[in-house]
Amino acid sequence: MNDILRMFWNRKIAFFGLMMLILVILMGLLAPLIAPYDPFGVMPEHRLQPPNGLHLFGTDNFGRDILSRIIYGARMSLISSAGVVAFSIFFGVIIGMFSGYFRKVDIVFMRVIDVLMAFPPLLLALVFMAILGRGLINVILAVGVTYLTRTVRIVFGLTLKIKEEVYIEAFRSAGATDLRLLFRHILPNLASPIIVQASFTFAFSLLDMAALDFLGLGIPPEIPSWGNMLSEGTIYLTRSPWLLLFPGFFIVLTVFAFNLAGDVLRDHLDPRFRREISGV
Amino acid sequence: MLYYILRRLLSLLPSLFIMSVLVFSFIHLIPGDPAVILLGDQASPAQVAELKVSLGLDQPIYVQYLKWAAAVLHGDFGKSVFFSQPVAEVIAGRTETSVCIAVLSFMLVLLIGIPIGIVSAAKYNSKLDQFFSGMSMFLASVPTFWLGLNLMTLFSVQFKLLPSSGFPSILQSGDLTNLRYLILPCLTLAAPNSALIIRLTRASMLDVFKEDYVRTARAKGLHELKVVMLHVFRNSLIAVVSALGFTFVGLVAGTVVTETVFSLPGVGRLVVESVLRRDYPVIQAIILFIALLYMLINLLVDISYAWLDPRIRHG
Repeated sequence: MNDILRMFWNRKIAFFGLMMLILVILMGLLAPLIAPYDPFGVMPEHRLQPPNGLHLFGTDNFGRDILSRIIYGARMSLISSAGVVAFSIFFGVIIGMFSGYFRKVDIVFMRVIDVLMAFPPLLLALVFMAILGRGLINVILAVGVTYLTRTVRIVFGLTLKIKEEVYIEAFRSAGATDLRLLFRHILPNLASPIIVQASFTFAFSLLDMAALDFLGLGIPPEIPSWGNMLSEGTIYLTRSPWLLLFPGFFIVLTVFAFNLAGDVLRDHLDPRFRREISGV
Repeated sequence: MLYYILRRLLSLLPSLFIMSVLVFSFIHLIPGDPAVILLGDQASPAQVAELKVSLGLDQPIYVQYLKWAAAVLHGDFGKSVFFSQPVAEVIAGRTETSVCIAVLSFMLVLLIGIPIGIVSAAKYNSKLDQFFSGMSMFLASVPTFWLGLNLMTLFSVQFKLLPSSGFPSILQSGDLTNLRYLILPCLTLAAPNSALIIRLTRASMLDVFKEDYVRTARAKGLHELKVVMLHVFRNSLIAVVSALGFTFVGLVAGTVVTETVFSLPGVGRLVVESVLRRDYPVIQAIILFIALLYMLINLLVDISYAWLDPRIRHG
């Protein structure tokens, strides 16, 4: 752990990314305490104000404070991306590990996964949204499934490799059961590549979910998410460009931070596995 | 070589089968009666019953699948609920825009990505390399639609240099200057996707730099430019070629967003509109089409691989 912290410190830009991450996470956690206004508070007399002393980031067409909505939006973005990561990693690891270990399972599963990977993630998510309908849980499921395929691929490849190692053979001859081998000996070896994958999944799923919100197929419009704010702001593109500027800026910074974190962790990773993780 | 291509084609068959089953089940996964879904909410019970018989929804599911697959093989994708015209016609009317955008952005991605990747690798760890690396990671972190909106604000609204939306057909008017409508969309689409190619070109070149034959080339006094271009770049091409299929997928996903931002009459926007209109036959046909295209491109990539590297063809 100390090693990883030192890695971040040594690469200045990565350290900046880490600070950014902490800032966004704090924003999400402490939203009710630090938001200067109620994110839903409609003030028609203050509508479409450019950034000023009272409203640092200006106000939208209902007179709602942009800064407060961005702070609450951090919460939405983090929750939904964390949901995608949890879903895709949990099921991805289980499916990938079992398919890699018991070769009989893999014939069917891996073919289906390969075919699912033929669809661009955003398009696949769109199709799932067409089936499921709008909603937070549905977005997490739709985007989660698209990243699940990538996690399965990586875990599958690594499991194939690890199970041939001599120490696994040794434990097997000592009488360890398949389940014990999988969870006690193979899974810990998968930990670091999985952490790297989680970090990239966080970054890319945040972008995909913002795009879904923008297309009107993501989180319901009344909930302040960064994507929804941008979607509403497009109408006032020429009149009030700050409606687009600030939420977009926070998306870029957060995604950038997670990408950097993924990069640093990958460089730090067990060199045996570097080939399998490409970050996409 | 022919043997390799044949073997590769045969291995495609199971994937095609699974894909067709997935796309077919799509319409059955939606909660509710497919006939009601296809006709929309205002349909009368008599219409629903009639459609059920005509679609064969009263038959066992595998019969339905076989009938659907046979129709698709004949180019019959059913009828669009919204346009009440054959799906194939609806999509055909939208392909010109999407093909133009995809091809132009693809060229742009290669033109930006490969040279920057080469320079970064040749000047490894220099200030320039660090700048390009930072820039490519930044580009990969920008939401496509936000970039598009910003470019639009800057070049169409502020400076009034380029049109902000729409795309009059070139095929119908024969007017090539209409391409100016595609400049901003292509830039928007190419930027995040070239990030991947930059990183990939750089990484694979750095791998090749470690090879013995590169040291030999340098030792015999070859000019560094020749070493980089003739020995290193040529041998790192395979890794770049393998990413082209992936880049294509990225571009296709990007057109969905980009076409919506710039109100372009393309297939990507058609997908979004169809999802919002619940026009399921159109969605079904488009996802089938895109998955097929992806498989085809990957096939071409594999064949070009085998052509570039004899070890693969005989392996």
